[in-house]
Amino acid sequence: MKQTNEQGILLEARQVSKYFGDFVANDKIDFAIRPGEILALLGENGAGKSTFVKMIYGLLAPDEGAFYWQSKPLTLSSPQQAREMGIGMVFQHFSLFEMLTVAENIELALQGVHDREKLAELIVEKSTAYGIPLNPDSLTADLSVSQRQRVEILRCLLQDPKLLIMDEPTSVLTPQEANQLFDVIEQLADSGCAVLFISHKLDEVKRLTKRAVILRAGQKVADVDSKKQSAGELAALMVGDEVAHIKRQSAPKQSLPRLSISALSRPAEGPFNVSLKQIELTVNQGEILGIAGIAGNGQTELMDALTGEWIDKSATASILLHKDRQADIELIRQGPIERRRAGVGFVPEERNGHAASGELSLSENTLLTTHHIEQASQYDLVNDNFCRDYAGQITQKFDVRLPSKNPQASQLSGGNLQKFVVGREILKSPDLLVVSQPTWGVDIGAAIFIRKAMLKLAEEGGAVIMISQDLEEIFSISHRIAVINNGQLSKTYDAATITAQKVGLLMGGAG
Amino acid sequence: MITLTPRRHVAWQLTLLIPVIAVLITILAGGVIFAVLGYEPLETLFEFFIKPLSQPYQFGNLMVKACPLIIIGTGLVFCYRANIWNIGAEGQLIFGALGAGLLALSFPDVTSKWFLVPMAIAAMLAGGLWAFVPAVLKVRFNTNEILVSLMLTYVAGFFLDWLVRGPWRDPMSFGFPLTPSYGDGALISGLVLPGIGRLGQLHWAVPLSFVVAFIGWFVMRHTLTGFQVRVIGNAPQAGKFAGFKPDRVTYGVLIASGGLAGLAGMIEVSANIGQLQPNVSFGYGFTAIIVVFLARLNPVAVIVAGLVVALAELGGDAAQISLGVPKVVTGVFKGILLFMLLSGETLTHYHIRFGRAQTASRKHQEG
Amino acid sequence: MIDELLITILLTSVPLVFAATGELVAEKAGVLNLGVEGMMLMGAVAAFGITAQFGNPYIGVVAGGISGGLTAMVFAFFVLGMATNQVATGLALTIFGTGLSGLLGAPLVGQAIDGLPELSIPLLSNLPVMGVVFSLDVMAYLSVIIVILVSWFLNQTKSGLVLRAVGINHDSAHALGYEVLKVRFYAVVFGGVMAGLGGAYLPLVLTPHWAEGMTAGRGWIALALVVFAAWRPYRVIIGAILFGAVTIFQLLGQAKGWAIPIQFMSMMPYLVTIFVLVIMSGSSRIAIGAPKELGRSFTSGR
Repeated sequence: MKQTNEQGILLEARQVSKYFGDFVANDKIDFAIRPGEILALLGENGAGKSTFVKMIYGLLAPDEGAFYWQSKPLTLSSPQQAREMGIGMVFQHFSLFEMLTVAENIELALQGVHDREKLAELIVEKSTAYGIPLNPDSLTADLSVSQRQRVEILRCLLQDPKLLIMDEPTSVLTPQEANQLFDVIEQLADSGCAVLFISHKLDEVKRLTKRAVILRAGQKVADVDSKKQSAGELAALMVGDEVAHIKRQSAPKQSLPRLSISALSRPAEGPFNVSLKQIELTVNQGEILGIAGIAGNGQTELMDALTGEWIDKSATASILLHKDRQADIELIRQGPIERRRAGVGFVPEERNGHAASGELSLSENTLLTTHHIEQASQYDLVNDNFCRDYAGQITQKFDVRLPSKNPQASQLSGGNLQKFVVGREILKSPDLLVVSQPTWGVDIGAAIFIRKAMLKLAEEGGAVIMISQDLEEIFSISHRIAVINNGQLSKTYDAATITAQKVGLLMGGAG
Repeated sequence: MITLTPRRHVAWQLTLLIPVIAVLITILAGGVIFAVLGYEPLETLFEFFIKPLSQPYQFGNLMVKACPLIIIGTGLVFCYRANIWNIGAEGQLIFGALGAGLLALSFPDVTSKWFLVPMAIAAMLAGGLWAFVPAVLKVRFNTNEILVSLMLTYVAGFFLDWLVRGPWRDPMSFGFPLTPSYGDGALISGLVLPGIGRLGQLHWAVPLSFVVAFIGWFVMRHTLTGFQVRVIGNAPQAGKFAGFKPDRVTYGVLIASGGLAGLAGMIEVSANIGQLQPNVSFGYGFTAIIVVFLARLNPVAVIVAGLVVALAELGGDAAQISLGVPKVVTGVFKGILLFMLLSGETLTHYHIRFGRAQTASRKHQEG
Repeated sequence: MIDELLITILLTSVPLVFAATGELVAEKAGVLNLGVEGMMLMGAVAAFGITAQFGNPYIGVVAGGISGGLTAMVFAFFVLGMATNQVATGLALTIFGTGLSGLLGAPLVGQAIDGLPELSIPLLSNLPVMGVVFSLDVMAYLSVIIVILVSWFLNQTKSGLVLRAVGINHDSAHALGYEVLKVRFYAVVFGGVMAGLGGAYLPLVLTPHWAEGMTAGRGWIALALVVFAAWRPYRVIIGAILFGAVTIFQLLGQAKGWAIPIQFMSMMPYLVTIFVLVIMSGSSRIAIGAPKELGRSFTSGR
């Protein structure tokens, strides 16, 4: 009898759905995982992987459907309960107490009081046994990211989990460290623990797992044999057919370059940052260059390097802006103000607190990117009328709905504020517009408006670099497409001819 | 269990109402405390807040008391708006008084009032220098400016004490720790208003303090400098995006507030004391912090807030003389007022609910 | 002569040991309480008043501690309950505590009490020089015992570990299921009780009468002392003795007309503290003692 139980299903989800207001994060998902199985949960941004896994770990509760644990219904109301049931989770951005030792970090994660000597022995014993040796007295601040991840993993393993969930665990590891991790995971699975492995990296999925469940737009679209399916097929499933059918833009006739980036590199600043590796990019006048990629692959780092909030001081890097009636301008050492003077506009991904300050009025917010203009500010004095006028123009031309005449930015809805910060740049008629996540968190009407505005800018001769995690957006308005993966930028392809599958492969690091 | 949920935006009515309510609650609490301690509440409150204004000349004294608070407060507004917590205004005030004192005592025979100009400059330089220390330590070493500026307050106090008892002591002061009296050129004379005459101890620096507050308002509201201060304090990432340099702002606001505190120090000595002594600050540097919160970090409101807090100080003096209420009771008022203002600050940013904590599933709604 | 000097230094350092140890615990949990001076004065006035009332200094000790703890609860309500700015609230607490203690103590001015008696430990107190260490009073011994207990608590117990974790990363601690605000509340109240005891020591042992503001800035020195001690309990004792020595030499120098201006000696503790702060903020290894969350309000997940 015990035999059949072990071969039976460990965790099952039946028709599980989760809503956030009108948004469907998970849509009637069926799912099962067995003991000793290594299962990949695959999907692009916003597919619903995080939400699903949070429900398993007790951080969220399903709105419809149910989970079953060893054939019995499972209702969790906290991660603590999940841990008691035997479910462990290693988060993508884990956080340990840096100023405490390894042993202290682990002790904090355990319930009750423990004999410290025995705990230290246990840590040494178990960590060695699992192939991730750790010194209990090491200060966490002194450990590398991969070692810290081991502490996280050991924390889970000490509670003898039956199911271990890992969210993008290799995103912080070098290839060698990733291989070491895979050995650990395989060993775990051999001992009977099930491992649910969230990833977007296709080669890892193929190497490590036998089965992959693919989510797309909240739905489970496939449950396949990851060994048999090619990376290309997995990519196609991940990205879907719909995007393949979106009408693409054809590359513009004109192809004079507007911006040439070469050898742009940036070391990773923190354990959860991605390094940029010799970025090469050319964007032409009259086109939108869409940079696709899964979140966390260097988009933020790239944006900072483009706005000048971070400056590459190396001798070989170059960001060259080609002007119409004057010499090229080298932007690599320039800060944001000089880059704007040269004719570039920027829209960073976070509108609250970065592109705009919520506590300032709209007219004051225009000043953030126009204060270098003479009419806006001279001799340290601010020309309030100019700012108001400009804000008024933006509001009118970009259909920004206002609760009052010159409201605080925080009073605008997401979509309206986004239209405002995009309009603020476009109305300056920049030679180049660099925008990140132009329609994230924005209602469909505003999204369409913004995309049309960017296309219009391109039609009029402007160049646009658009970093986006929304594939639909990438496919519908880009003239050319590149993909960023692990801080590296792919070649640039014609949007009209690249296949969705190819993009998926590039996003998954297997192109 | 008190739960806080962030507000989307703040109604301006709330922003205005909070200081008013805070003051009212403070007065009420004061009344209760008086009653509990055996003083007649209404009579005491009258002595405290109404009587000190019953005579015209007392308005003059009110403004004299408010003068340093307004000047220091203007400077602190810039610091706090930029999220730089300068707690050492008291020490910067002392250092400014020393800077001005150096000039005054070196040239005791000057009679022209124009001498006050170089004295003021010396005071502002000295105060600014004293504030430069926490600034440079913060920018270079990321040292907490709160603790550094606080420690330096004590160092300044001891320095003053040494000078007054040692090298700068008046040889004819019978052993008292006092410097020689300032010459005429170093004293700020009383202001004679046409038609009214003198108004208590009203002196020339009082209108100056209003000018300072207005300049502060203008800079904050209409210049790019003030804009930078506000942005870097509110949304530091937006500040970097705009190309502003946070370090420059740190230096700027600290030196400016130090300079203004120094100016206040010079004024206090030249207008009210006439020489240096071991205590020249009377806690103005700390009281100004309360004024700034009462003014909700708004430079013009600092004038009104300064007057209100000065009233409490005057009231304390008056109540002590007429009713025997210990002067320290103003400390009780100031403390309660600050508590109320700070809570009001929370109220403007969060909805406050008294009840049970939320459950796990609701907490992670954001996904 | 040396004996007398040593005793005076030790006596002067006791209030600092109490107040600084209490503040250390609060800061380890991530709370910066600038109201130490106010809490000490509340402890002093309560201890004096109750002792004068009942003629029993031991009850006075208890009263001092309770008074300090209650004052700290006011701080805790605003800072933890209402998430107010810790720096400003601490200042408000000092101003409020100074004022309220003055108010409560007004009718007590001029009275005198019988303070705590000397409690010599037999045999040990007969040692030459070192004997004075064992001829102090019950509170002085208590202060040392508390330091030992606090050090054991922070480093050897799970609860102490949780408290330290809360001060290092309150979001992670919360994610692990620990009640951040509850832990901070206990830490803050403990800090208040200790500050109250420190303040109580002044009228009960040092000068047996009440005067407005009789702590004379000791609360601020205690704050400096915590940093100077790198947030380590045993170093608080060393630092307190050093700071106490400086105060004594200041008075001594004044009486003997020494060449080095006494004010410069008085400045030393503060300047040294700044120096220590700079070293700590720069290097992350030495900054180990400084709780990362110090001064930051906990508002997520409430």
